[in-house]
Amino acid sequence: MSTPTLIADNGRTLGESHPDSPLAVNGLTVSYGEKPVLFSIDFVVPKGAMVAIVGPNGAGKSTLIKAALGIVPRIAGEVTVFGAPYEKARHRIAYVPQRASVDWDFPATVRDVVLMGLYREIGFLRFAGRRHRERALACLERVGMAAFADRQIGQLSGGQQQRVFLARALAQEADLYVMDEPFAGVDAATERAIIAVLKELNGAGKTIVCVHHDLATVPDYFDHVLLVNVRKIADGPVATTFTSHNLQATYGGRLAAAHVEEVAVGREAAGEGR
Amino acid sequence: MMAFLTALALGAGYNTALVTIGAAILGGSAGAIGTFVLLRKRSLVSDAVSHGTLPGLALAFILMALLTGDGRNIVALMVGAAFSAALGLFCVEWITRRTRLTEDAAIGAVLSVFFGFGIVLLTVIQSLQTGGQAGIAGYLLGSTAGMLRSEAETIAVAALATGAAIFVLRRPFTLVCFDEGYAATRGIDVRLTDLAMMGVLLAVTVIGLKVAGLVLIVALTIIPPVTARFWTDRPERMVLIAAAFGAAAGYVGAAISASDRGLPTGAVIVLTAAAFFAVSLVLSPVRGLMSGLATRLRFQRRVHERQGLLALARGEAIYDPLTIKVLRRAGHIRADGVATLEGRAAAAAAVREEALWGLYRRLHPDEAGALDHQGLAPIATALPPDVVADLAARLEPADTGVR
Repeated sequence: MSTPTLIADNGRTLGESHPDSPLAVNGLTVSYGEKPVLFSIDFVVPKGAMVAIVGPNGAGKSTLIKAALGIVPRIAGEVTVFGAPYEKARHRIAYVPQRASVDWDFPATVRDVVLMGLYREIGFLRFAGRRHRERALACLERVGMAAFADRQIGQLSGGQQQRVFLARALAQEADLYVMDEPFAGVDAATERAIIAVLKELNGAGKTIVCVHHDLATVPDYFDHVLLVNVRKIADGPVATTFTSHNLQATYGGRLAAAHVEEVAVGREAAGEGR
Repeated sequence: MMAFLTALALGAGYNTALVTIGAAILGGSAGAIGTFVLLRKRSLVSDAVSHGTLPGLALAFILMALLTGDGRNIVALMVGAAFSAALGLFCVEWITRRTRLTEDAAIGAVLSVFFGFGIVLLTVIQSLQTGGQAGIAGYLLGSTAGMLRSEAETIAVAALATGAAIFVLRRPFTLVCFDEGYAATRGIDVRLTDLAMMGVLLAVTVIGLKVAGLVLIVALTIIPPVTARFWTDRPERMVLIAAAFGAAAGYVGAAISASDRGLPTGAVIVLTAAAFFAVSLVLSPVRGLMSGLATRLRFQRRVHERQGLLALARGEAIYDPLTIKVLRRAGHIRADGVATLEGRAAAAAAVREEALWGLYRRLHPDEAGALDHQGLAPIATALPPDVVADLAARLEPADTGVR
């Protein structure tokens, strides 16, 4: 294996080994019944990185982030967030779920959804005040959706819904953004708008982790990649890890060799250009 | 005992106000928690809860009859009802989790078994040599006639307490209903929140048994939320509106039942709630039948206006009388059919709109299909500004004139 493995060792805990890492998982295993969906994943997200989690359908990409964030129970494994146990540091993470995970007929306006991002600040007994509403609107402004604040969420197109989810994450003012397929089924203009916001966040020192399905855009959008197919195939900087060899190992027969070649060649060409 | 009955007979009129207020608070709480249960897509669970109360209710009655000679102790009956409803709920959860049965199948099984067992116990009660057997019948269909003052007070205070619990928990409830995965990442314990939701539902059901009756109380937790959905697109408002409809239904039901001994409260409450539903179905400004009709008419006019303007831009003659009427009303054409200055500007704008929407449909067919106005809304109000700018930049001047 040519890939570097970053496993906590020397008797130190995972958090002590990676105090700066926004997200470190060790031995993460998830299974439905006796069928492992993810097996013993070790992965350390470098601070300030833009990470793509890539793999074929059913490889456990979404499950990986859901298990890391405690949405799906894990049968083994340890997770630390900025060197602390997940429960202590979860407020530093903003999670953007897949669009299909909610019922868009839910009685909520765009503004209501973004205000969910301010859940901690507003508290149990108080109502959302002017300050909260303005903050929600500012987040909507950043994704081009301010004019849609009072619209029911079911009236939006897919791309617009994805923008709203991103605005809700922005409202959390997190340090780590974990996104599940943010570009799935969105129009090209929305994809550009989203990636612009992500790059802006990244420029401000935030860490981004995305489950991503479009191999062609990995080199453009991300600087770090994790290749998964139930087990970890490889992880590291895109320049050294996103190789046709590793992609073949990840996708096996499911990805036509020609496609791998094309992606890898495209990447090399882009690399020469820089 | 006689003193009790005398007080009851004398106090009946005096207590009516208290009873109706209690029923209104109860209806409010039922509508509010029912909204969350509906949004969690578990409305059927309230049916299992209400039918699940019967065995506990009957057992508590028998126990109190044997101990004190009169089974009609509302607190004991509520506790008994709560225990057996909780057991029923637990059975539903257990069956859903441990077997391949879905929740609705589990609900059907548990509901009928518990209700059947309860009916058997009721027959046992009928054969007991004790007073007050008639009192238990009021729990089936609801009865506020002849309610004790202490009973009315218990109901009002307990209903108020559930209302307060719903207010405190409304945010975790909303988040879990919308997206439990996201809620979990915000530190909300989804299992605990669901448990609290079911707990409040159970409490409201048990408190409401005497007022609405266990067969029909489910109407108080389902009909008002569904009615409220007609009037708002916002979660907290939906809870408030459902509570208002529930309170009104409870109030009317209790008032009518208390003034006339023949009418079961539950039936009157259901009919009142159903009337609110029917009115909302017709009149709701968002999703009602009337507004649907108005929207269709408006849409038809917009289609004719757009077609007319495009025809003007192409210099074609317009024959459709409705199109002519719409254009004339808007001041786009004069009485003799010639386009006005404004009409020509509007026609040019329509051509541009059409071209932008056409481009959008070509570039993003899926996205365009998801937007229900199908390109008749001004594009700047339907799409984010960066998308509109992108379309405008792509739209070459040569395209503008082409349909």
